[in-house]
Amino acid sequence: MDNANIKNRLTKDRIVLYAVSLFAGLMAVPLLAILGEVLLRGYEQLSWSFFTEPTPTAYRAMKAIKAGEPIPGGIANGIVGTMLMLAMAALFAVPIGILCGVFLAENPKNRFSQFVSFLTDLLQGTPSVIIGIVVYIWVVVPMKGYSAIAGSVALSIMMLPLIIRSTEETLRILPASLKEAGLALGGNRARVMLRVQLPAAFGGIFTGVLLAVSRVIGETAPLMFTALGCSFIRFAVDKPISAVPLLIWEFFNDPNLQELIWGASLFLLLFVLTLNLTAKYLAKKWNQ
Amino acid sequence: MESVIPILEFKKTCVSYTKQTMAVKYVSAAIDRNTITAIMGPSGCGKSTLLRAVNLMHSLYPNIRVDGEILLGGENILSMEPIDVRRRVGMVFQRPAPFPTMSIYDNVLSGYVLNGIRLSKAEKDATVERCLRSVALWDEVKEVLNKKGTFLSGGQQQRLCIARALAMQPDVLLMDEPTSALDPIATAHIEELMQELQKEVTILIVTHNMGQAMRISSKSMFMYLGELVEYGDTAAMFSNPSDERTKAYLTGKMG
Repeated sequence: MDNANIKNRLTKDRIVLYAVSLFAGLMAVPLLAILGEVLLRGYEQLSWSFFTEPTPTAYRAMKAIKAGEPIPGGIANGIVGTMLMLAMAALFAVPIGILCGVFLAENPKNRFSQFVSFLTDLLQGTPSVIIGIVVYIWVVVPMKGYSAIAGSVALSIMMLPLIIRSTEETLRILPASLKEAGLALGGNRARVMLRVQLPAAFGGIFTGVLLAVSRVIGETAPLMFTALGCSFIRFAVDKPISAVPLLIWEFFNDPNLQELIWGASLFLLLFVLTLNLTAKYLAKKWNQ
Repeated sequence: MESVIPILEFKKTCVSYTKQTMAVKYVSAAIDRNTITAIMGPSGCGKSTLLRAVNLMHSLYPNIRVDGEILLGGENILSMEPIDVRRRVGMVFQRPAPFPTMSIYDNVLSGYVLNGIRLSKAEKDATVERCLRSVALWDEVKEVLNKKGTFLSGGQQQRLCIARALAMQPDVLLMDEPTSALDPIATAHIEELMQELQKEVTILIVTHNMGQAMRISSKSMFMYLGELVEYGDTAAMFSNPSDERTKAYLTGKMG
């Protein structure tokens, strides 16, 4: 082969490499831009009272704005509501998701498991607003009111596919010798799963749960139909409750509260990033 | 009269992965109590498949069929509950597989946990010490019993796995190339250990290593393409194989 040809090919190779690298770099731009925007606009609002006090009324906010003072109050009602609903959603979704994942990992090839696996994919692709309206029919209507329970049911349905898949995949990549060694000692399948396989898979499953939580923490649409919102701090599970993403929507719609959007957004963003980084760190640690 | 009944007996044992192909074909052999029997043969000859039939490992995989009989103390294991069989037949795998989430102490006792048998603290301590002593691991690990089993070296891990199997006091111990992942020194340790262990338990070992079969076993099986070609005293088989295929394997012409 002549030299010119080889040179030509090397040049092409280099051009493609540069192009690919450029677009990979560009991919970071949106995230960094969002983070920068929210940080710049939101950091001033972050203060102790922002996390400990509930949302101010529009009237109080208006008075503060007129007096040239910072808007009083914070998003504590949203934080409490988000945490409460996430905890309850995890309580519903984690056991069901793990059991379902165990089933899929242990019975990879029969009709029923293929059906369940297909449903899991469908659920993952279901728009959250539809899940919200269905949970409204299922929970809000019979309970005759919006509630934290209804909100957490909607969130738990959204968490399920992620937990199922992470459990299934983690169990699948465990060495077969682990399960065989457990069975060879005379354990039945349930005990080997409980005592050997699930503990060995704990890191991966926990990472999956964290990712599922960070996936639903910013969900707004399903909560509009279910949790509704609430302007004071409340721990009741059968009453309407607030959530941080709901607050962001409320602030957007109230000219007097718009200043608070950015602090709430910053909090939500940092929380999700922390969850993701923690999940990544745990996954790495577990893989060693 | 019990001593007359072999501890383990294969009677026309067949194992097939698919309907067309048999991995193990009509193997018949009786294994004497408290001996070490080596199963040799080239890769893919069915030796591991035969071994795994003994503790019903194949029942995990619905496509695999086991036919004929395998008698454990005169009783056909193919009609017994897997859990009962496996309690009496221990197994050690090719790669050391201590349970990664359990301490050394808990690994030894894992058979009891997995069988739902509760022991008192004193019984636990005694079992752990007895089993670790019998695999010559006690002195090396008695200070670190609460550390994870995976923290040990490969040879130590494999001895821990043997201790774990012995804790259930099985009649038969199956070993599937237990030293193939270990260095020569660790291998020598395990071989020495097996000589001791045969006083308590009957050992059936699959090995790729002819030297190992010669060093440790009193009887040997040679398998080829799923058939049991030859079975007899190890010394006699190595010095004077009766089948051409055995001879070819032992002299390195095949394998």
